[in-house]
Amino acid sequence: MRDITVVGASLAGLSTVRALREQAFEGRIVVVGEEKHAPYDRPPLSKEFLAGTASESDISLVEPDDTDLDVEWRLGRTATALDTAGRAVVLDDGEHLASDAVVLATGARARKLSSEALKGVHTLRTLDDARALKTDLVAGSRLVVIGAGFIGAEVASTAAGLGVEVDVVEAAAVPLQRALGTEMGQTCARLHAANGVRLHCGVGVSRLIGSPRVTGVLLDDGRELPADAVVVGVGAAPNVEWLEGSGLSLDNGVVTDARGMTGVSSVVAVGDCANSHRYYTGGRLRLEHWTNALQQPVAAASALLGTAHSLPAHHAVPYFWSDQYGYKIQFAGHRAADGSLRIEEGDPESGDFLALFLDASEAPVGVLGIGRPRPFARWRRELAKRLS
Amino acid sequence: MIFVGELSDIPVGESVRVQGTVAIAVFNVDGELFAIDDTCTHQDASLSDGWLEGCAVECPLHAACFDLRTGHPTGPPAKKAVRTHGVVVEDGLVYVGESESANAAGSAELSDSVLARIGVTA
Repeated sequence: MRDITVVGASLAGLSTVRALREQAFEGRIVVVGEEKHAPYDRPPLSKEFLAGTASESDISLVEPDDTDLDVEWRLGRTATALDTAGRAVVLDDGEHLASDAVVLATGARARKLSSEALKGVHTLRTLDDARALKTDLVAGSRLVVIGAGFIGAEVASTAAGLGVEVDVVEAAAVPLQRALGTEMGQTCARLHAANGVRLHCGVGVSRLIGSPRVTGVLLDDGRELPADAVVVGVGAAPNVEWLEGSGLSLDNGVVTDARGMTGVSSVVAVGDCANSHRYYTGGRLRLEHWTNALQQPVAAASALLGTAHSLPAHHAVPYFWSDQYGYKIQFAGHRAADGSLRIEEGDPESGDFLALFLDASEAPVGVLGIGRPRPFARWRRELAKRLS
Repeated sequence: MIFVGELSDIPVGESVRVQGTVAIAVFNVDGELFAIDDTCTHQDASLSDGWLEGCAVECPLHAACFDLRTGHPTGPPAKKAVRTHGVVVEDGLVYVGESESANAAGSAELSDSVLARIGVTA
């Protein structure tokens, strides 16, 4: 193998480059990135960067010594097609990058509402998004967050910390219901109220009001929430439309096996754009977790190069964290829809506890911890034993 | 020297945090004590809350690993070493001697690991 093209210059793409070099690949690597920025870390965009406690250089993912990774960057360029027969990636300026292998790491983009052309309406996915939102978060101003998922909750938390008056609107009866279930969703909901953020659940958004700048959000029940700015946090969609017709199997992302291999030889997909088989759940799952983008590329690189690798067993247990109102929320594994919940330590009311998600046979399959990092780490390893 | 506590306060496999010029984490690995800077060099997280695996600690938040003997990162995403500090036990009392230098030695070692990563050996 002489050359490899990596499409995507965020954590998954960069981690693949690192893994390829660590696994002794010495050939040419070209990395295509749609954003003009060098790789940066996204989680701080809704937290430290938005709060102003981390700078743009603090969130950079490349260090000066990374020049040793010997990458040819194509930043600010978009891949428009993949010719699988020739393993050629076509860029928006017409350049054809033909190589021996292709890594798809195009990530996901924030879902939008149709009325987002109004000024003051934001989504949060990129550095440019965060820069724009930051200028609107002025103390004393009013922010409406649409969607009480992790992004919405973190933005609400950060904005409240900056002295912004925050309303959060959630269509479901409980936030994070699908991920954490009703009981733990309610626990997370209480964090908002305890910090002066108004959470409105079980109500949809009818439309955004104002022109050219947003002035309010009209709810389905007729109420109008005044707003100087709005953040739409209603999930993300994988960036895979450009691969339609390429011959790759697409279904909520690029379909891959557990190592990131697609049905086409020498084409792998990693990170948020990959709907991969997971040993942990025994089925396909598209994960938008930071740790997945960091760790999955190691397996994909070894699959491409035919090298052996070993990962700690607990890396197979999906893991994410969230920082809200000073609480560190950690989750690993998954929640079984027909399962139950057991409080293992502490008290959910106090915001300091560890809860286990049990499946129908009462075996633990997931763990949620707030402020309990050490027992959480132990339980993540315990869950990994299910695989052995 | 910074007083940490009684030896019996740090059982095998456990850790405590003390305040030097910065926070310092002290670990008991099978009876041997190690001290390193408590804050992960990747992002703000407390390594004394991390998971001990042999002579390595895994950051509780993003799973970066550090060798307690050298302070060097042994797993991503951390790239900078943490400082290591001397530990002294006298009459069952534990003290830490905080290192003066910042990460000068660690950075040199890191460059070597980068070279190794791209297949160059010194």
